[in-house]
Amino acid sequence: MIKNITCVTCPMGCSVNVEISETGEIISITGNTCKRGDLYARNEVTHPKRSLATTVRVEGGVYNVVPCKSSEDLPKEKIFDCMQAINSARVNAPVKLGDILVADVCGTGVNIIATNHCPAK
Amino acid sequence: MLNYDLVVVGGGPAGMAAAIKARECGIDSILILERAEALGGILEQCIHTGFGLQYFGEQLSGPEYADRFIELVNEKKIEYKLDTMVLDVTEDKTVYAVNKKDGLLEIKAKAVILAMGCRERPRGALNIAGTRASGIMTAGTAQKYVNIDGYMPGKKVVILGSGDIGLIMARRMTLEGAKVECVCELMPYSSGLTRNIVQCLNDFDIPLYLSTTVIDIQGKDRVTGVTIAGVDENRCPIPGTERTIECDTLLLSVGLIPENELTKNAGIGLDRVTNGAIVDEYRETDHEGIFACGNVLHVHDLVDFVTQESQIAGEGAARYILGKKGSPEYITTKGVGAVRYIVPQKVNIKNEGDVNLFFRVGSTFKNATVKVTYNGETLITRKRPRLAPGEMENVTIKNEMLKGFAGGGVIEITVEA
Ligand SMILES: Cc1cc2nc3c(=O)[nH]c(=O)nc-3n(C[C@H](O)[C@H](O)[C@H](O)COP(=O)(O)OP(=O)(O)OC[C@H]3O[C@@H](n4cnc5c(N)ncnc54)[C@H](O)[C@@H]3O)c2cc1C
Ligand code: SF4
Repeated sequence: MIKNITCVTCPMGCSVNVEISETGEIISITGNTCKRGDLYARNEVTHPKRSLATTVRVEGGVYNVVPCKSSEDLPKEKIFDCMQAINSARVNAPVKLGDILVADVCGTGVNIIATNHCPAK
Repeated sequence: MLNYDLVVVGGGPAGMAAAIKARECGIDSILILERAEALGGILEQCIHTGFGLQYFGEQLSGPEYADRFIELVNEKKIEYKLDTMVLDVTEDKTVYAVNKKDGLLEIKAKAVILAMGCRERPRGALNIAGTRASGIMTAGTAQKYVNIDGYMPGKKVVILGSGDIGLIMARRMTLEGAKVECVCELMPYSSGLTRNIVQCLNDFDIPLYLSTTVIDIQGKDRVTGVTIAGVDENRCPIPGTERTIECDTLLLSVGLIPENELTKNAGIGLDRVTNGAIVDEYRETDHEGIFACGNVLHVHDLVDFVTQESQIAGEGAARYILGKKGSPEYITTKGVGAVRYIVPQKVNIKNEGDVNLFFRVGSTFKNATVKVTYNGETLITRKRPRLAPGEMENVTIKNEMLKGFAGGGVIEITVEA
């Protein structure tokens, strides 16, 4: 069986073909422009992962929320659980870019880190 | 009156990169004017990742990408004024701006770089029938509400237009608990990046209806639903295909237009396709010493390209200020057939380096050949596995080639299937 996957690792969006044997093993991966495409396609047929970018509520900041992202890709099926955990979190201003806002979100071992500064009001 | 060598209008990624490059090329007296309360431009609200892969080789979010340049602006002690709106740029390079602290500012510059970015097409430009209820907004406005102000503008959403901002917002609002019913696209193809269709729509089973548009909006105070219909090849609704979808929000993602009021008022010549200024390879407009770069010049999909282009403009402005420009001899560039436009529109054949020509096609191609000709003779042919309207392409004109050209010549780019 050949599975066609669009690599979303970068804006090139390469169309990658993964050849899978009857026992579910990966026989070949073609169409990717770079190594990251191979890894992405491999993960996509075994355990798909996604990066997550969202916001966390800030108390006492010049903005109500500060943007954040997952330090690494999260298992795709856990994205909505992680959203819930992140939306119930509150952080106090000031927040600095790179601060860990939620550690080990939903037991995934992945941290949620601030992607901008939010000075105190 | 204030005096600066270089005034940069707009403190987004384009303005910052141009200013930093000009500083590196030896210009000390630089002022950036930005109407928002912070530097960073539209990137401040683009919290998703995918920025900087080309330029930094990293997956950054918009604010992170912007922050790298804000740090450099500060490090290099480049002056800037925030909350400052530029009102007018005159032919003799006097810049008029206003802010609460200084009042009206009159700034005399040796060179000006226009980097005002673009804005989304509002609904008015679209002519949809129906009410003027609340709940109709551009995708970018919704993005600001959610990502900066921290509140959700709706729960059940229909998106008209499959531009990247619309796709990104389909995912963003789904993550925040809204139900995105569908994305309707008038054209038979999406203008968004393939990766955004995959990761923003397919991942969440949001349907994308191509050749479909919104023909009516219902609701008195708040939107209660929209009627969508398929369109034929002339983009006219096909009777019998109408369908009503319940929703409280209609997001419009129907394209971006360069914000060129200042450019127009200065009397600078505009390209009818890009809606941006006509420029040479240093991004100098037809007014000597006035340059333009970033989304105000032509809409870019990748900020990395904005940065690269703006560095070229920054260098061009520095050369101009330092009197290194010389007397140019130009050839013009022209997109033919499916090639909608080329930037730059003219190239100085005395340029000492290679010149990149950026262009966009009007429809999708598989296994296409890009052909570059000079006065009708083929110069370059390049195979491309895929060409799409949503993705900017470029070809390089090597300096050896430029040397063989004569003033008044024409470079054309065509695409063959
Ligand atoms: C929703 C969205 C999603 C995107 N996604 C991606 C992505 O995934 N990856 C990617 O690489 N790129 C992406 N881009 C593209 C990228 O953000 C833009 O290409 C880039 O921000 C353009 O930079 P700019 O400096 O030309 O314009 P802008 O960022 O718009 O900056 C222009 C600045 O000029 C200021 N200004 C305008 N008029 C005046 C005036 N009269 N006086 C003073 N100041 C003025 C504005 O306030 C603004 O700060 C996205 C863009 C949008 C809108
Ligand atoms: S394979 Fe490499 S180049 Fe192609 S989309 Fe994936 S990361 Fe980008």
